[in-house]
Amino acid sequence: MQALRRKDILSLEEISAEEITLILETARSMREIMLRKIKKVPTLRGRAILNLFYEPSTRTKASFELAQKYMSADSVSVAGSSSSLVKGETLKDTVRNVEVMGVECVIMRHPVSGAAHYLARNINASVINAGDGMHEHPTQGLLDLFTILDKKGRLEKLKVVIVGDVRHSRVARSNIWGLQKMGAEVVIAGPPTLMPPDLEAFGVKAYDRVEEAVENADVVMALRLQKERQDCGLFPSLREYAEIYGLTEQRVANAKDDLLIMHPGPINRGVEISSSLADSPRSVVLDQVTGGVAVRMALFYLLLGGIKEE
Amino acid sequence: MKTLLIKGGRVIDPSRNYDQEADLLIRGAIIEAVEKGLKPPAGTETLDATGLVVAPGLIDMHVHLRDPGYEYKEDIFSGARAAAAGGFTAVAAMANTKPVADDLSVIGYVKERAARAAVRIFPCGALTKGLEGHELAELGRMQKGGAVAFSDDGRPVVSASLMRNALQYSKGIDALIILHEEDPSLSAGGMMHEGAVSSALGLRGTPAAAEEVMLARDLLLLKYIGGRLHLAHLSTAGSVEMVRQAKAAGLNVTAEVAPHHLLLTDRAVKNLSYSTNTKVNPPLRTEFDRQALWEGLIDGTIDAIASDHAPHHSDDKDVEYDFAPFGIAGLESTLSLLLNELSAKRIKKLTLPLLMDKLSTAPARILRVSGGTLQPGSPADVTLIDLKQEVSVNPNTWYSKARNTPFAGYRLTGVAAYTIVGGEVVMKRGVVTEKEPVSHR
Repeated sequence: MQALRRKDILSLEEISAEEITLILETARSMREIMLRKIKKVPTLRGRAILNLFYEPSTRTKASFELAQKYMSADSVSVAGSSSSLVKGETLKDTVRNVEVMGVECVIMRHPVSGAAHYLARNINASVINAGDGMHEHPTQGLLDLFTILDKKGRLEKLKVVIVGDVRHSRVARSNIWGLQKMGAEVVIAGPPTLMPPDLEAFGVKAYDRVEEAVENADVVMALRLQKERQDCGLFPSLREYAEIYGLTEQRVANAKDDLLIMHPGPINRGVEISSSLADSPRSVVLDQVTGGVAVRMALFYLLLGGIKEE
Repeated sequence: MKTLLIKGGRVIDPSRNYDQEADLLIRGAIIEAVEKGLKPPAGTETLDATGLVVAPGLIDMHVHLRDPGYEYKEDIFSGARAAAAGGFTAVAAMANTKPVADDLSVIGYVKERAARAAVRIFPCGALTKGLEGHELAELGRMQKGGAVAFSDDGRPVVSASLMRNALQYSKGIDALIILHEEDPSLSAGGMMHEGAVSSALGLRGTPAAAEEVMLARDLLLLKYIGGRLHLAHLSTAGSVEMVRQAKAAGLNVTAEVAPHHLLLTDRAVKNLSYSTNTKVNPPLRTEFDRQALWEGLIDGTIDAIASDHAPHHSDDKDVEYDFAPFGIAGLESTLSLLLNELSAKRIKKLTLPLLMDKLSTAPARILRVSGGTLQPGSPADVTLIDLKQEVSVNPNTWYSKARNTPFAGYRLTGVAAYTIVGGEVVMKRGVVTEKEPVSHR
């Protein structure tokens, strides 16, 4: 199998459809490993990886760590806080120190948009962006693509609706770029205060009403709504949001019958999505999580796997 | 007394609409004559200016010298050397130092050091104590001590009633107020211009309206109260239009624009992959705004060009985008960037006399300081310009302590060849030669 000819995975905006296809294909093989009784291959034996999380994370961090273990990599996880970045050691110093301990790949989640680009410029090790501010979360985008492809058999010409706080969502940005590159149609919906200030950059259509947006949709993706957006006046209350924009059986009635329901997690049940919809047979929320490990294994394989040993 | 003949250059003096080949004779610190074929007295030193432009010394009416308090970023001497290298014979220094220049003693400190610096330095005092926007600073006492204008630059005056009082009070002492227009509730958290690029990059945006809302308020207050207002670093098309209308209505308002707003757009943040050298306040705007700024400059809505030289240390700038301070260091690139636009003929109706007006005559008139003219009897502040020389922007060779520029690597045509302050050559072909070099800390 061929490798990715790039040092870093920073965003889906900067990645080609060919590369995405390669990653998704590789992830299929990786998922087979996950289904084995002994989930372990020696591919990354003797390779060191750092997980650097400047923001709390359960799912993404566990997913990366398991992917590393399944591939026999040696890894350490460091939790930083953004305040220590400002006051103490700089990000550059932190990572340069770890790099000289032999780390070849750094996974980083960081509250500042562009932090992954900054890091990638400053170290020789590969960087995988595990979420930078409101910018991108490319591995989440890839696992969403993987899940849709797995369930639908294709990405081309599918209508995917992203509902909620697109403005502050790195998950939405990665999905918008990734899905469009793979030939899907993406539309977004939600209150105007939670839409990006200028949509020209994305080439997607925005709807005020969810019911209109989901007409004939193949996939609906709900985004997590954060309470602090209410505090700065972007919407009046969680109750009102749920009433007008929350995904319910009724609200997605216009979509196709084989609609997939997705959510990057963690879910606010009864706010952006009703429990009955999140737990319905159409929901692939847990498949997304499984796909996440497979996609991350694929990235390790394609970025680090075997190439340097030869 | 020492005499210096600047021979054979193209003399441009916007203060007299003068543009022809002539000689310029300096006696001591004063311009004695500007004529063709001048016969100098015996013992006159001659500077061959053939092929060069001879202009009134350039005045950068908006710089941050960081002294006192942030001398690791810049100090009065390094900033003055940078000014001389960039062709400026004088700069107006903003008050956001530590301590803030909100008091006669700080103005005195700046003046005292300025006397030993390479170029003239005109201090601006703070408009409010501590730049906090609560109480007026002692404008009258600072004015007597040499402050040429008053500004909380870097910050807006949030309270409309304080702004009203400032205008009213300033009339009594005929003081100029310089405003940084920004509604902080609209710009809160903003890292760049709010638009398509900020949306894609996931950076919080500062909308154009953050500037325009505040500027509209202050024009309304100026209309009601009177006074003299100068608007710093305009960045939006809407601002240009409001100033145009205000001027047409006869309001006493002037405005400046910074070279980075004339040359770059928000796309630079993406093209330079989140480089913090693109982080500046007001932010780089859109192509539409950029075009409007040039139009405003050409039609006279915008009076002056000022660098808004905002030097920062790499320790401060070499961090994640959100954590970096705002600012671009511009003293040593401003003139070349503008001359390059002129030689590239990209901007219709942009002429050299117009540029010299915006960079010299207009700032002197707005600040009511000496200079901006080659009229015999004036101080001998002169900038000689080589329109043909090619330079590349290399901040590692700057006299400024700062390196923060988004223009590094730009290849430009046109540069300052000599800077003459009070009859003394302080910069010759890129090399700053201070009369009394000052080592600082």
